[in-house]
Amino acid sequence: MTEVLVATPDLAMQARGLTKRYGHVVAMQEADFDLARGEILAVVGDNGAGKSTLIKALSGALIPDAGEVYLEGQPIQFATPLAARLAGVETVYQELAVATQLDIAQNMFLGREKRKSGLFGAVFRQLDKKGMRRQATEHMQTLGIRVQSIRQAVETLSGGQRQAVAVARAAAWGRKVVILDEPTAALGVRETTQVLELIRRVRDQGLSVVLISHSMPEVFAIADRIHIHRLGRRAAVVNPTTTAMSDVVAVMTGALRPDQVASALPH
Amino acid sequence: MTVQGPELHRAGVGLTGEPEGAGVSATPSLQFGRRVRRLFAYPTTGPLVALVVIFVVFSAGTSTFLNAGNMSLIAQQSVVIGTLALGQTLIILVSGIDLADGAIMVLGTVVAGSYASHASPLIAMALGLLACVGAAAANGVVIAWFRLPPFIATLGMYTIIAAGARLYTDSRSFPIDSDLLSALGSGPDLGAFTATYGMILWVVLTLVLGYALNETAWGVRVYAIGNSPAAARLNGVNVTRVVFSVYAVAGVFYAFAAWQALGRTPIADPSGYQIANLDSITAVVIGGTSLFGGRGGVAGTFIGTLIVVALKNGLTQAGIDSLYQEIATGVLVMLAVGADQYLGRGQRA
Repeated sequence: MTEVLVATPDLAMQARGLTKRYGHVVAMQEADFDLARGEILAVVGDNGAGKSTLIKALSGALIPDAGEVYLEGQPIQFATPLAARLAGVETVYQELAVATQLDIAQNMFLGREKRKSGLFGAVFRQLDKKGMRRQATEHMQTLGIRVQSIRQAVETLSGGQRQAVAVARAAAWGRKVVILDEPTAALGVRETTQVLELIRRVRDQGLSVVLISHSMPEVFAIADRIHIHRLGRRAAVVNPTTTAMSDVVAVMTGALRPDQVASALPH
Repeated sequence: MTVQGPELHRAGVGLTGEPEGAGVSATPSLQFGRRVRRLFAYPTTGPLVALVVIFVVFSAGTSTFLNAGNMSLIAQQSVVIGTLALGQTLIILVSGIDLADGAIMVLGTVVAGSYASHASPLIAMALGLLACVGAAAANGVVIAWFRLPPFIATLGMYTIIAAGARLYTDSRSFPIDSDLLSALGSGPDLGAFTATYGMILWVVLTLVLGYALNETAWGVRVYAIGNSPAAARLNGVNVTRVVFSVYAVAGVFYAFAAWQALGRTPIADPSGYQIANLDSITAVVIGGTSLFGGRGGVAGTFIGTLIVVALKNGLTQAGIDSLYQEIATGVLVMLAVGADQYLGRGQRA
């Protein structure tokens, strides 16, 4: 049914025929996925449509039963989230993404700490705290994230700032793709705007961004393309500037067949 | 609200919409105010104040408390529980608990003691160390890999090891006549103050563990896991491996505690130190380390140990029954845990 396509190197990430079953429940059925370089691709879908399963398959959090994933044209199989991270694919999960009692710099480098050069680093394993703080500060500056001190514990930050730290960390380490799972779900209006602005800046730095979101206005405000997921597979891909919000919702819920959306993009 | 030092770092423009340059050019008096606040935000300040109060009260209230001989006694009484509590601190920092630490230490003393009579003291020591690290690592395997709750796992280990030590020794004790094994109880006299090697070892071990926790990636990860294991895992920290290493490293400290114990009382008794586990937890908690994990450290534990010992010592000097001393310690534990809760530190991330 799904022909195996020749992978396209000018796409950041691609997936063909991804399938995942849990017993009799099919969470993902021959799902396809295309992410262009330097775009913000929003992934929308009703609850239970299988967005999370798709994202987990792309970020190495689960191994699909069938199907292929390509990163910049190369076939890949992520056995763990760490493998995906090492390949340049960073994921920010809804919550739990930051260690609240550590400071911003420590969070930025958690799991990838830098040691001092020379004897102290090699023998005594001493951390290069100054270097890490400096790099974290520079990185936050580049992204326009303003905090009082890089040594502030993350628990002293607002929800929006915490999410900004998580996004900034993903942007710092993600060399190719940054996947954001509902980054604004717990935020107020103003903080949401700030995080969306940050996501734009991440894209403008050349990274490809996958944004999972429930909020249609947010998706239409920021996405370059919208991937609509329904019943475990991609139903349609649309351009937000030429498609009505009501049509997207109709496809999501099944009220409108994908081929009835005139503005749907070929895929 | 904000905690910031003179070495302030700031970044960028307006994500928070705060005025440019806020909090940068503080006057010296403002900076002093901030420093004071920062000092009290520091987790060891509370325990340190408590320790000073105890010293002042007993120095004023009794004539026998404040003198070099008694100070040396307090330090000597602190070393065993203090060394044990260093390992306990590590475990509590990853939101664990070790009810078996005292039993493991006792196992170390009897293993070393049983070999000391017919093998070289170095071999006896090495076997004692092996027993401690082995038992502590077994805790680590059960907790990190098999995911047993630390309280239950170490309660079981406590029972097994306490009984095992008696079976191993046939419930006999071993007098220690090796100079090496009992070396930590002696040391040079500085006037009336005897500075035992055990005290020096306690300080050195505290500094070493403090360095590991504050200056290495392993330390950052220990705190991160205590804070939120899920966040640590999502950031690529191998939580299972770090938690196992915490329990195994704690075993090294239990072995040093066993050495300290043989220096204090040169007899390896399988039924000794029965409530050392609770004493070590008391010292850690009074020292300001949160039972929820992720907060606190060895400096607090060092002070916490001194608080427990100095309080008992002072109450003894004041002629107060030892049962009341236990009650005082219990009240102190509840105050410390209460402070942990009500200062908002107990909130789970």
